Amino acid sequence: MSDTPHSGTLARLIYMANQIARNFCALDHDAAATATADHIAQFWDPRMKAAISGKEADLSDVAARAFAILHEQGEPAPQTRATVFNDADEGGRSDAG
Amino acid sequence: MGYAKQPDFGTPAVRSDRTVTLSIDGREVTVPEGTSVMRAAAEIGGDIPKLCATDMVKSFGSCRLCLVEVEGMRGTPASCTTPATEGMVVKTQTPRLEKLRRSVMELYISDHPLDCLTCSANNDCELQDAAADVGLRDVRYGYDGAHHLGQAPDLSNPYFLFAPDKCIVCSRCVRACDEVQGTLALTVDGRGFASKISAGTAEDDFLSSECVSCGACVQACPTSALMEKSVKEHGKPERSVVTTCAYCGVGCTFRAEMRGEQLVRMVPWKEGKANRGHSCVKGRFAWGYANHKDRITSPMIRDSIDEPWREVSWAEAISYTAGRLKDIRAQHGARALGGITSSRCTNEETFLVQKLVRGGFGSNNVDTCARVCHSPTGYGLKTTFGTSAGTQDFDSVEHSDVILVIGANPTDAHPVFASRMKRRLREGAKLIVIDPRRIDLVRSPHIEAQYHLPLQPGTNVAVLTAMAHVIVTEGLVDTQFVAERCEVDAFEDWARFVADESHSPERLEPVTRVPAEELRAAARLFATGGNGAIYYGLGVTEHSQGSSTVMAIANLAMATGNIGRPGVGVNPLRGQNNVQGACDMGSFPHELSGYRHISDAETRALFESDWGVTLDAEPGLRINNMLDAAVDGTFRAIYIQGEDILQSDPDTKHVAAGLKAMDCVIVHDLFLNETANYAHVFLPGSTFLEKDGTFTNAERRIQPVRRVMDPANGYEDWQVTQLLANAMGLGWDYGHASEILAEIARLTPTFAGVTWERLCEEGSLQWPVNEANPDGAPVMHVDGFVRGKGHFVVTEYVPTDEKTGPRFPLLLTTGRILSQYNVGAQTRRTANTAWHPEDLLEMHPTDAENRGLNDGDWVRLASRKGETTLRIKVTDRVAPGVVYTTFHHPETQANVVTTDFSDWATNCPEYKVTAVQVSASNGPTDWQEDYAGLAERSRRISHEAEGEPAE
Repeated sequence: MSDTPHSGTLARLIYMANQIARNFCALDHDAAATATADHIAQFWDPRMKAAISGKEADLSDVAARAFAILHEQGEPAPQTRATVFNDADEGGRSDAG
Repeated sequence: MGYAKQPDFGTPAVRSDRTVTLSIDGREVTVPEGTSVMRAAAEIGGDIPKLCATDMVKSFGSCRLCLVEVEGMRGTPASCTTPATEGMVVKTQTPRLEKLRRSVMELYISDHPLDCLTCSANNDCELQDAAADVGLRDVRYGYDGAHHLGQAPDLSNPYFLFAPDKCIVCSRCVRACDEVQGTLALTVDGRGFASKISAGTAEDDFLSSECVSCGACVQACPTSALMEKSVKEHGKPERSVVTTCAYCGVGCTFRAEMRGEQLVRMVPWKEGKANRGHSCVKGRFAWGYANHKDRITSPMIRDSIDEPWREVSWAEAISYTAGRLKDIRAQHGARALGGITSSRCTNEETFLVQKLVRGGFGSNNVDTCARVCHSPTGYGLKTTFGTSAGTQDFDSVEHSDVILVIGANPTDAHPVFASRMKRRLREGAKLIVIDPRRIDLVRSPHIEAQYHLPLQPGTNVAVLTAMAHVIVTEGLVDTQFVAERCEVDAFEDWARFVADESHSPERLEPVTRVPAEELRAAARLFATGGNGAIYYGLGVTEHSQGSSTVMAIANLAMATGNIGRPGVGVNPLRGQNNVQGACDMGSFPHELSGYRHISDAETRALFESDWGVTLDAEPGLRINNMLDAAVDGTFRAIYIQGEDILQSDPDTKHVAAGLKAMDCVIVHDLFLNETANYAHVFLPGSTFLEKDGTFTNAERRIQPVRRVMDPANGYEDWQVTQLLANAMGLGWDYGHASEILAEIARLTPTFAGVTWERLCEEGSLQWPVNEANPDGAPVMHVDGFVRGKGHFVVTEYVPTDEKTGPRFPLLLTTGRILSQYNVGAQTRRTANTAWHPEDLLEMHPTDAENRGLNDGDWVRLASRKGETTLRIKVTDRVAPGVVYTTFHHPETQANVVTTDFSDWATNCPEYKVTAVQVSASNGPTDWQEDYAGLAERSRRISHEAEGEPAE
């Protein structure tokens, strides 16, 4: 539908990145950008990551910075406990749905 | 195993730290203090005759059959109401008792039809047994006096009948409805000889009454007065097999009572630790779909969805499917392929589907329906507690003082747990309900919420932050718990954030529409009322801030010290039977079983060496992203086991477009579901009655599922996946589900100590079952959080982008109803349609009047995404401005109107908030008509089978 921001996959991916960034807004700008980059690195499929250059006009500042981090520095270390996963031999934790 | 009744100790077990020792018929027995003499006798193998007593309900002392003699006591007390005491000497069989009991039986039998040989309870009747026990040989009163014989039975309920002439008015049914189910639908009407069981309505039949058809009364009835119609039809079962229900996440265990391969009835298993002998209408009765005429048992293929289906042999279907998958992979690469595992299937089946996708297809494009339900629970609880599983077992509710239910409707969606919760509420626990609708728990017999906060849909985070504001600013924080158990810096950041005046209930009232005073009072009650437990459902998770809401809930529990002991905790009520298991088994695209990220080389190496494959190190696509990628042409083939994404996922038109764009859609299911309208391969599935394996319920409880009949389609579902895997060259050779479970245990540290044999022996195990917890772990975070300290997270309220406006002024929220289950594939194919034949739109009287609409009118429900038609139900259960419907019926396709907005962290769809308009309608929408046409065309089956006949 043309009156939603999600027409086309690119628009949707930009929306998703902005939404992630917006929900890290309680952090300062750099921390929010790093957390957004971490989140995208851990949960997005390669074609989704590749689809966004970071230069898109619709990207929020924090989201744009997140892609810059991914492109320039690679995947950041875990920024929240949501992106700390079990080790190969670790039991007892779950992120069940 | 032959058929034997479940043991009945006559009165419920008693919990006490003290014991008493007494002598019964010369045998010593030690029991917890407070135990009845009847139960004490039963525990040493005694069998005191009884009619009004059963161990599912409190003793009543009415039938006068269980009389005993006690040394030093006058008369002959009823053993069911007499507590055992230290040193008591009891005699249960004496000439005096024989005479008394026989006289009582004579009175019962003088007003009972003597048609035992043709009675459906013949040889399964406690009245018959009692007559035998007391040695009844004659009825001195004759049979010609006043009696209750010849009354017409009540056949209104589709599953059981009530035959009043067989009733002995023991009131076990009434008490089961009161105490076990908590509906209080039944009563004893009249007095003395005129007493009769009544459903209390003008028609005085079960169907028109408040009865929810849970079956507790039928189970409690000692005669054939309340009897399953299936027993009347087929006769008494000859054997029973304990298995686990395949409906909701409560995970009730049942005895499947069989005659040959005919399932006669499902009876809740008293030893089941999730359900404790109780059931609901779905698990107890709604299993007839297994033999419904719509069930497909032959594989089918077609090159294009415009063609009719062609029935083929399994060999041809599998070879055709593998050929197409291999061609697509060769042309478009492994990442063009993917699969969806089913939360309805077993752990073993789910594990194999993700193994096939990762190891056989070569991509990590695997997802599961937790994506659309509890994925935010995973994210939120992992961030705050370090582990996302529910913190308690179901028994915990027995110790709660304040129960906060948010975004859940347990009486409809988790009915057996709701009954346990209601029992605790009747004992005096306080209740807070946060829900836009006035759900049944808010006010029902003997239950009344202290506070119902009817918030505006989409404002959960604001409401919870306002509650936190009250707790922090009024000094109600459990500072000792926070200091000892939580990260103090993070707490202080959070406390500063919530204490800001902008988060006060008064300031947020225009957003949340919750009266500030009510919210303040509810927050005070939760913080100060004793053990506080939070139960939540999809009304929390299915929002654009689902994950934030889960974290806000966790914050609230930590701030009030409500973690780490019985009676408290954060309890996600899982939707599907095996949604926990599906997640545990590595169904998410970014992680392998046991929640280990796919990018971790060590984890990958473990699986690669065990499976003999190379795994992709990058996360795969989530369901919604698969559909986007399909439209873009980079995702071409999908294997969907036991899920109907066209009906269940949001924005139906987008789902349809995604499926239509794919080259090969493989649906593995019982029925030609809606998704199958876009499929090229249909692989018939098996029901939970036709397979071995395990389900894991909302308590992390792994329970066995046992095969009680052969699969009608020829194969258990894991066998079908194995056929496909082998056609793709994987060389699997599992002979039984237990071998897959062994592989899961070998590769998943949380399952390390789980074996099929152990589960069969012990009934269930709650993971983690490992070196640290050899017998499993019922309650979590007792001494500390799994990963160190609890972590408070600041949850800024970010309003949803789905806005109401002049064109779409109302907010639609969706949910499910007791008698139907999700997309209804099973329940719509049972007599449960007696209660819910169609989806209805609930609307407040003011909104209806403004639109000139009356109860029962057909209306058009339109959003920015699409429109559908259905009938309205005018009710003040919803607030003005809010409308509600269910999504059980494909004719309605409620998801045509839902949007593709989703949770920021997990993409769990925002089902609970859609801006809509409702107006009068003359008939189905163009979409409904077009879709009905497509569905009809797409379901055509050409019966000119080619090749060898289907098995």
